[in-house]
Amino acid sequence: MLNKEQIAQRIAKELEDGFYVNLGIGIPTLVANYIPTGVSVTLQSENGLLGMGPFPTLENVDADLINAGKQTITTLPGSSFFDSATSFGMIRSGRVDLTVLGAMEVNDEGDIANWKIPGKMVKGMGGAMDLVASAKNIIVAMQHTNRAGDSKLLKELSLPVTGLGCVKKVVSNLGVFEITERGFELKERAPGVSVEEIQQATEGRLVVEGEIPEIVGIWE
Amino acid sequence: MNKVVQNAAEAIVGITDGMTLMLGGFGLCGIPENSINALVKSGVKNLTCISNNAGVDDFGIGLMLQGQQVKKMISSYVGENAEFERQLLSGELEVELLPQGTLAERCRAAGAGIPAFFTPAGYGTEVAEGKEVREFKGKHYIMEQAFDSDFAIVKAWKGDTDGNLIFKATSRNFNPLMAMAGKITIAEVEELVEPGELDPNFIHTPGIFVNRIFKGVNYEKRIEQTTTR
Repeated sequence: MLNKEQIAQRIAKELEDGFYVNLGIGIPTLVANYIPTGVSVTLQSENGLLGMGPFPTLENVDADLINAGKQTITTLPGSSFFDSATSFGMIRSGRVDLTVLGAMEVNDEGDIANWKIPGKMVKGMGGAMDLVASAKNIIVAMQHTNRAGDSKLLKELSLPVTGLGCVKKVVSNLGVFEITERGFELKERAPGVSVEEIQQATEGRLVVEGEIPEIVGIWE
Repeated sequence: MNKVVQNAAEAIVGITDGMTLMLGGFGLCGIPENSINALVKSGVKNLTCISNNAGVDDFGIGLMLQGQQVKKMISSYVGENAEFERQLLSGELEVELLPQGTLAERCRAAGAGIPAFFTPAGYGTEVAEGKEVREFKGKHYIMEQAFDSDFAIVKAWKGDTDGNLIFKATSRNFNPLMAMAGKITIAEVEELVEPGELDPNFIHTPGIFVNRIFKGVNYEKRIEQTTTR
């Protein structure tokens, strides 16, 4: 099984040179730590920064410079600041090449739920609904099952939807899945995880064709 | 016309029970601290507040929630505030959650004289309930309307006495959009200078949008998550 860092490492392999990328809160944020050598990407933070740099040193912490997760950050040469309408203009007009998001549930048609548990947790959608409605390529980073062991890769969502038919790929702790008309197509297995285990943990339509390779290039 | 007022208490004169306010900021970054404190002191109630977030329990809009001054919040993300979540789940507080880009664009539209627009964000979700849906080039969009707010309260880095504003780094966020959208716009600034001292090339909000301006004091600029290398 992959841990959170390893899920981020696997997703980082999807980055291509020149991409503008929006990374959500949680595991997606970790992807920035594993950008492949020779690949240059520009990180968009929807609160108004293109060209997000690393966390600051303590003496360089600036309360006026944060990312969408409210963490202090830095700029890079070539960074730009802008207002929130301009930020979502970039997003809705399809300029952001890749969006990586967390999810509570995904179904086999690419619908995603990640903003609300009725009666229990209401944090809000933040920028997620704008991102999923417009992004060209959306990868979801998530745990395959909840704490009770129930699948989060479903036939039908049980939670309020964030966006319809938008998720292209899921990287979970168990494997890598492309979402097509046929459902979740298993592409790679996490090291040590069998196809049978993945079948048992997946409630939605799962497509397994041929030998499924183990994920390579993941390190501890 | 003199736009300069002495302090936050003077700036918020005319804000009365039941009004709708826009408050700039993203998280605690770029929030109008002085004006929020003055609103808390004033005891004004039954407010509808349009702001991306609702502060934290003991800072920002959270202070107004503690005082039960807010009837309704219109926000995109409220995850950092336990008191907010409590009031929401208990039904004391009315909340309209909107996609962040929709929130921004509804401010922008209000300031741009555009009554409504179509956005793909929220199509097929609870957000779309009761809203007109139209299809353009094979994709579905929902109609969202410009906000209507009595006052907009923003925080800028520098301003001049004509109301021209410059924002710093990511504290810009919703501030310039809301500055354009209020029937009356209040700007609090860290540095207040004379006309001519700010380079016109670098003005973010032209003074025409600002009705009242004052130099804020004692900025705490609290950080939600100090993250270092």
